[in-house]
Amino acid sequence: MSNAPRISRRSFIVTSAAVGGGLVIGINPFGGTSVVRAADDTPEIGAWVVIRPDDTVVIRIARSEMGQGTLTGLAQMVAEELECDWKKVTWEYPTPGQSVARKRVWGDFGTVGSRGIRMSHDYVRKGGAAARIMLVQAAADAWKAPASECSAASSVITHKPSGRKTTYGKVAEAAAKLEVPKDVPLKDPKDWKVIGKPLKRLDTIDKLTGKQVYGADLKLPGMLNASIRDCPVFGGKVKSFDAAKAERMPGVKKVVRVGESAIAVVADTWWRAKTALDAVQIEWDGGENAKVSSASIADILKAGLSAEHAFVHNQKGDARAAIAGAAKKLEAVYAYPFQNHATMEPMNATARYTAERCEVWCPTQNGEGALATTAAASGLPIDKCEVYKLHLGGGFGRRGAIHDYVRQAVLIAKEMPGTPVKLLWTREEDMLHGMYHPVMQAKLTGALDAGGNLTALQIRLSGQSILAAVFPGALDKGKDPLAFQGFWPGGEHSLEYSIPNLTVDHAMRNTHVPPGFWRGVNINQNAIFLECFMDELAHAAGQDALEFRRKLMADHPKSLAVLNAVAAKGGWGKKAPPGRYRGLAHFRAFGSYVAALAEISVKDGNKIKIHKIVAATDTGYAVNPAQIERQIAGSFVYGLSALFNQECTIKDGGMQQTNFHDYDSMRIAQMPRVESIIMPSGGFWGGVGEPTICVAAPAVLNAYFAATGKRIRSFPLKNHDIVMV
Amino acid sequence: MIRLTVNGKTHEIDVEPDTPLLWAIREQVGLTGTKYGCGVAVCGACTVHMDGVPVRSCGIPVSAAAGKKITTIEGLAANGRLNKVQQAWFENDVPQCGYCQSGMIMAVTALLQKTPKPTDAQIDEAITNICRCGTYQQVREAIHTAARHKERR
Repeated sequence: MSNAPRISRRSFIVTSAAVGGGLVIGINPFGGTSVVRAADDTPEIGAWVVIRPDDTVVIRIARSEMGQGTLTGLAQMVAEELECDWKKVTWEYPTPGQSVARKRVWGDFGTVGSRGIRMSHDYVRKGGAAARIMLVQAAADAWKAPASECSAASSVITHKPSGRKTTYGKVAEAAAKLEVPKDVPLKDPKDWKVIGKPLKRLDTIDKLTGKQVYGADLKLPGMLNASIRDCPVFGGKVKSFDAAKAERMPGVKKVVRVGESAIAVVADTWWRAKTALDAVQIEWDGGENAKVSSASIADILKAGLSAEHAFVHNQKGDARAAIAGAAKKLEAVYAYPFQNHATMEPMNATARYTAERCEVWCPTQNGEGALATTAAASGLPIDKCEVYKLHLGGGFGRRGAIHDYVRQAVLIAKEMPGTPVKLLWTREEDMLHGMYHPVMQAKLTGALDAGGNLTALQIRLSGQSILAAVFPGALDKGKDPLAFQGFWPGGEHSLEYSIPNLTVDHAMRNTHVPPGFWRGVNINQNAIFLECFMDELAHAAGQDALEFRRKLMADHPKSLAVLNAVAAKGGWGKKAPPGRYRGLAHFRAFGSYVAALAEISVKDGNKIKIHKIVAATDTGYAVNPAQIERQIAGSFVYGLSALFNQECTIKDGGMQQTNFHDYDSMRIAQMPRVESIIMPSGGFWGGVGEPTICVAAPAVLNAYFAATGKRIRSFPLKNHDIVMV
Repeated sequence: MIRLTVNGKTHEIDVEPDTPLLWAIREQVGLTGTKYGCGVAVCGACTVHMDGVPVRSCGIPVSAAAGKKITTIEGLAANGRLNKVQQAWFENDVPQCGYCQSGMIMAVTALLQKTPKPTDAQIDEAITNICRCGTYQQVREAIHTAARHKERR
């Protein structure tokens, strides 16, 4: 076997970084002070780089790794400017507490909105460049030569006139004493050697051997374990509870009420805590919300489709008049359900509280957000709190904005000062207490002239706003701009059709269900609404779905390019193999341009086999094409699982689905071949993790129409007895 | 006391006999590579081998595992060398978040022991683990890679 990796020194470095050896203060349960040196006392060279005497390069990563590969991509960007030996690169997470203490020297920790790379590319590359300049200067100083005569490559500094050489590890101590240069120049993208390479991830080995410590796996000395049950009705309360039986069960240390709405059992092991919790008799008070059902919410949204008032976000010409006078008018109503993120690793956090200090270990997409929650829940000032980030067993937006699980862990730990307590949710708790993809309905009305040209489009959205619940301060005079992702007049979520008469508005209809940012956020439903309706319009106009779109895209060359790319590679316009049918979709989101072509066959009218997906993306710059390819393929798993199987329905104010048996997820047997086209056109930085997810569903739905003549406008498809085989 | 043999090592553990094998492995034996995903034997994150057969350890009481030979993800590598499935996973850069991958690797290792050169259809039938990141395309490639490799340890 070639290239058979042994568990090498290199993997050991990765291991130690992940588990704590390389962390600045890392997973040291007895740590506490803000330290700017690495754990082994090596000084940093600027905030982003630590170089050990053995030439190991430790790159600081502020964003969170949850499978999307941002860790490796960010390290590539620092390494590009640092001119270090990639084989010697490892990484560490600075802690949120250090960030606060150092005036946010690492910038934003938030790993949401496909922002990890596109919002930090500038300052992380400058971090690498500044460290390189310092290292070269230190070598030049030692040689008493001007720095301009020295160059750096692959962690080696060379004095050109004399041929003298040294390594980064040898000059790191001296370099660390130099002032960090400001306004450092960056390379021209054409000179990149590390950015753009399909490098392997830096964090793989431990995931193959069981060594990777996720939040759910953390062990601390003297740690206890907790299991929790929150009121199944959102907004409800604990009316009363009887813990007498549970308290006598093996291993149980304490039964605690957590806030107004939850009961937790703390025991020596998690299984005993969970078993005892099952024995606690809890009477809930659901309040008014207990009357809410999926049907009652759907009625409210339906009324919103024709409500007089709505927030307008994109308007051109006079759509109403153009539709009234149109040769042909088409109208359709679509509906999208609540969905849970269902990360493979359920929510969890470990907290240790004393009157002086509160520490939390958790998977989080935003370390600073987790820190703020820790401070609020503990009642301690933020400089008495610290958060240690752990690898996430999936994020998808669930662990980014709201740290409900951190709050609970801290409240439980407060009941047992000095003892670390790990709170781990059951899958059932995770399903019943998500931050759900919001419900949305849409009425789309289009006008065609005698020549079959789209002259007007109205999109009325009716449904829940995430921002109104999560970040009300980000609303624009009550309007939620994110509800319009993909429909914006310009910017990173712009509408990529030029339509002379247009109105897109949103009747905000909020529910008692907590909404959250779900991979792709609002593009999931918006791309279905628009791209399926465009297909309907093309059909009504008697035109080819690609040609119909192209006519509206002359001013949108990047979107046109990705659409053309999937059409060409997917054989659009050419005869499909017998029994195969194709569908198209494209969208702009998170700054990137994405398109997909799906090729399917349908048996018995309801069994869909997806044979092939061709997916194109223009992210501007493509930092690591191998990881982008994996994000693209994975987007179809997440997006098609949602399309076919996933819906959270409400009965008596609470969610009905409790586990993967009734909230199913795609398996390998259903996985189509995904052919990725990564076509970075340069000059901008677009997101990767989320955009592609939104073209999965409409491409398949449009192919399903081609195969059967049926339009499906409410989801998931299981409600129509349509299955993926 | 229940006698549990995990990765060739015997442990005397003091635990309620109806405790799922998963939690005995994680909490009494102390090996956390085997993951909790669903608790109802649907997702496969907790897959281990019991006498060489892949099982979902969340659905098996520890008492039923007494006297059997249990292998977990931590028991696959030997002499500092990954097994051929782990190696193929490394070569194909398979994991994303990685949480489901212990179970995935255990399931695939068992498949290849029974069916050394599986067809795509055999893979589809045998591998039913859930991966929410969606690594299936790389998983399939890596299974074929592993099938081409000889076990060399």
